[in-house]
Amino acid sequence: MAKRPISNVTLSNRKWALGYTIAGALLFLIYQFLLPWNGLPDGIYRGVYQWMPPAAVNESLVYVIMALGLNIVVGYAGLLDLGYVAFWAIGGYCAGWFMSEFFYFLNIHFFGSVGLDRPGIHINFWMVLIIGGFVCALFGVLIGAPTLRLKSDYLALVTLGFGEIIPQVFFNGENFFGFNISNGTKGIVIVDPIPVGVKNLGPFDFGWKLLIFILLAAVMVFISLRLRRGRLGRAWLAIREDELAASMMGVPLMRTKLASYAVGAFAGGLGGVAFATHVNGVYAERFNFAISIFLLAMVVLGGMGNVWGVILGAFVLSWVNGTGLVAFGKTFNSQFGTNIDFASFTFLLFGLVLILMMLFRREGFLPESRLKLVLNEDELDTASEAKKAKK
Amino acid sequence: MTSLLEVKNIEVAYGKIVAVKDVSLTVNEGEIVTLIGSNGAGKSTTLRTISGLLKPKSGEITFKGDRIDGTPGHEIVGLGICHAPEGRRIFQRMSVRENLELGAFLRNDKAGVDSDMDRVLDLFPRLKERIEQRAGTMSGGEQQMLAVSRALMGSPKLLLLDEPSMGLAPVLVEMIFDTISKIRQQGTTILLIEQNAMAALEVADRAYVLESGKVKLSGKAADLRKNDEITKAYLGH
Repeated sequence: MAKRPISNVTLSNRKWALGYTIAGALLFLIYQFLLPWNGLPDGIYRGVYQWMPPAAVNESLVYVIMALGLNIVVGYAGLLDLGYVAFWAIGGYCAGWFMSEFFYFLNIHFFGSVGLDRPGIHINFWMVLIIGGFVCALFGVLIGAPTLRLKSDYLALVTLGFGEIIPQVFFNGENFFGFNISNGTKGIVIVDPIPVGVKNLGPFDFGWKLLIFILLAAVMVFISLRLRRGRLGRAWLAIREDELAASMMGVPLMRTKLASYAVGAFAGGLGGVAFATHVNGVYAERFNFAISIFLLAMVVLGGMGNVWGVILGAFVLSWVNGTGLVAFGKTFNSQFGTNIDFASFTFLLFGLVLILMMLFRREGFLPESRLKLVLNEDELDTASEAKKAKK
Repeated sequence: MTSLLEVKNIEVAYGKIVAVKDVSLTVNEGEIVTLIGSNGAGKSTTLRTISGLLKPKSGEITFKGDRIDGTPGHEIVGLGICHAPEGRRIFQRMSVRENLELGAFLRNDKAGVDSDMDRVLDLFPRLKERIEQRAGTMSGGEQQMLAVSRALMGSPKLLLLDEPSMGLAPVLVEMIFDTISKIRQQGTTILLIEQNAMAALEVADRAYVLESGKVKLSGKAADLRKNDEITKAYLGH
């Protein structure tokens, strides 16, 4: 059998940074400068708005941030998490609490982006990002500490419960033991704009926000790749392969798993704060179970454990869900004079795609090379045995 | 000779089922000690208790004079006890090199790790040839070599080997036992479990015979080899 090196599975650090910067800068230039340019032919302008509007790109990037976080838990450490939406919600409400007039009886300002006369807590966006990240990481540890001793299926059940409970608490949070913590179904609006020194980024500054989300996603890519190559990454992989053997090598199971939860949750917090600024508010009904599954599907379809696969998966799924299907439906209907509501087929389509992927490409769009080996192991083994038999 | 490991009257149970009732044993520095006994005698349980995977209900385990019973497994590795477990449990989907690197997970001395890597690859040249190969695609014997090597990469004072000869061809069994002697010569103390009592008694200095969770006999390996009871029960003469 040919010797196949399977250790270096990721691109080298410098290469990705260059490619990522170029791609990010191009996206930014297109959406910030090219699209509003008057000389642009009308057809292109409308096409872009129909098929790839700025808001959709931004939303995809928020999903990228969170899918990368979930990838650390599911792809790296091999722990199934069905309640990731909880961290998104907690991050979102951190933005709601610390960047709006929600606490109208207070008047706290800290490098915020609104006038000092406005009531509420107004902390600088960049600090709220970090606060949101750490609050989520703390919750990750709190949830993980008692539950990570459970074996895979049971852990999945507990995370599922957690993902249901937290959003429900916010959903009914108008009277949380006498306190209003979330404004219930009305949600928290308006979340402060993002200050970037020269100006504040309001609801329609898609281009600049795009740049910020690209930056945040880059931070997550960097964290993912660095951790992956380091000691913690190796410990995660060892746990994913064989928990008992890992502990016999001296890998502290609890601490290592908790670390994956904390880092994953941190990303959820970043995503939550980013999303709140993207939609300029926090809405309780957005945080539902389907999002957890949606994120998991991004990781699995994209290629568990491979950062680039996960990014691709997040982009594709979020685009199909948000824009692609609707745009396709419009074109299709106007072309053929039909009146089919394509958007209502979202779940049918996802189900179909999942089944097809599991049948023909279990390892995802851009698989991690190691996982590809795992999933094709039987075929490989029988193939090499057949070869042996021939000899 | 000073005693490196001391196990005193341990009792270990899986739930209500008591697997080890009363086992005491001593391993001195530089020795090869073997535990022999039939299936279910409590050999593996004893080993797993020493390496911290199980907690004894009662009794004491001391290593270099310090109590270690109840210490979690991953910390015991750091103290210098490495375990090559039953069934090998290598990381099947990782390369041989990655397996060995994980064996040195707790070590920070890069130079020491590199020289240990060379050392184990000299002990098992076959692994050198397959260093980038996926561990799960190797033969049983090679996987066993990897399991032993991986445990050695932790730079142990005491190496615990659980049935290293299980399921191997006779030629390989001999080779594994030769290597065990070599490892001892390089300064690692070894506690070895074997069903292949004959081979184990040949390589070991002292032996304990376990039966239904108790030490039935103990003594010098050379003496036990001549003991009628042993030869009848375990050596098949």
